[in-house]
Amino acid sequence: MKLAISTRGQDVNAPVDLHFGRTRFFRIVDFETGAETLLNNARAANAPQGAGIQTAQTLARLGVQAVLTGGVGPNAWRILQAARIQVFSVRGGSVGQALQSFREGLLRPLTEKQVTYF
Amino acid sequence: MNLVIASGKGGTGKTTVATSLAVTLARHGQTVAYVDCDVETPNGHLFLKPMVTRERPVEKLVPRVNQETCLLCGLCAAVCRFNAIACLPDQTLVYEELCHGCGGCTRVCPVGAITEAPHPVGVVKVGAAGAIQFVSGTLNVGESTSPPVIRATRQAAPAADWTILDAPPGTACPMMEAVRGSDYVVLVTEPTPFGLHDLRLALEVVKTFDLPCGVVVNRAQPGATEARDLCRQARVRILAEIPDAVAIAKEYSRGQLVVETVPGLREIFDQLCLRLLEEVPKEKCPHEMRQRLEAAIRASSQSPATGPPAAGDPFSTPRLAAPRQREEPTRAASAS
Ligand code: SF4
Ligand code: SF4
Repeated sequence: MKLAISTRGQDVNAPVDLHFGRTRFFRIVDFETGAETLLNNARAANAPQGAGIQTAQTLARLGVQAVLTGGVGPNAWRILQAARIQVFSVRGGSVGQALQSFREGLLRPLTEKQVTYF
Repeated sequence: MNLVIASGKGGTGKTTVATSLAVTLARHGQTVAYVDCDVETPNGHLFLKPMVTRERPVEKLVPRVNQETCLLCGLCAAVCRFNAIACLPDQTLVYEELCHGCGGCTRVCPVGAITEAPHPVGVVKVGAAGAIQFVSGTLNVGESTSPPVIRATRQAAPAADWTILDAPPGTACPMMEAVRGSDYVVLVTEPTPFGLHDLRLALEVVKTFDLPCGVVVNRAQPGATEARDLCRQARVRILAEIPDAVAIAKEYSRGQLVVETVPGLREIFDQLCLRLLEEVPKEKCPHEMRQRLEAAIRASSQSPATGPPAAGDPFSTPRLAAPRQREEPTRAASAS
């Protein structure tokens, strides 16, 4: 299973970025191989509109199955749902801390009701 | 004569000026069409209170993907600058609200899996408010592209001596769409630092269209010269100054046409009409129409009994200044 964590920096101590579509990077963790890679999201993040849509599409095409981020908007939510990607919401902290909480099963997947409408 | 009433930012009193000007011209016997192109927040109807007789939807063409034939190649998503179409591993999704209807995705699809279908983006209302012909466009909630609705609204405007177009605020695409193709631009500003900053931007935009323009200063403070200095530098004329008065704000908040209810404003708008006659391109304003308007304004100023009491200089009008005078004793009382 592949997990993507939105983050402002390049290493595990960097803070989680709470804005899904506008995050600079995603740290992608592959639980089968143990590989950790960094995805540059600058193109979507700087898009004049639909940043969340483009970001969600990129993750879907990479075969990501779960996302750790602050929250998502309705447009991105529709794609994540269609691609059967679960979203886990974190309030802050570093990438390492978020990953630890996820491994320990402390995070609950986001539901339709928690999607933020702007 | 196509007049656009615009402003670099919202809340400067653009609609107050546009509706009051429309009423003033109509009162002087001109035919007037008021066209509300502020499609995200149209509010001219609050003041003109029109009877709407016709409503027509505005549509744009959006892609529809045939999932059976789609190869999931992602070309459509890659070509869309607006991120309105997304290609997932097992389906391709369209976001109609974000789509600009450019047709790019339909052209690049290698297997013709995309067809185009109409999608409603807004509505144009046509009606009348007394002698004024009324047109107003509204963008549907969630839709991201107002220019098609603005275009449709303009097209629905009937012919008139004066077409008064209430433009969207700001200096982005929607405002430019409204300004394009007009004969004269009236920029409404207020003499605050933000207001003047945005006026400067708006003047730049108007310059790129090579259109003549003038400025109306709303909530003008006696003695404040920044707006005048700015206009002098930019070589544009100040067409009118509307004083900062509690009475105006009060009437506005009650949805009243200030030109009809606040003393002194009738004269200001009459003057504005006369200045406009001097400023607008001669070839767009027939001599006969010009004379008719001048004569009507002259005649009405000689018989002030037909309107609210005439008041000379609004800055010194006791009725306008009254709320301020009332404030002072309270302040003095609380200090003692
Ligand atoms: S028509 Fe243009 S804007 Fe709409 S989805 Fe296709 S490429 Fe994007
Ligand atoms: S370009 Fe055509 S075939 Fe390719 S993903 Fe888009 S709709 Fe499907």
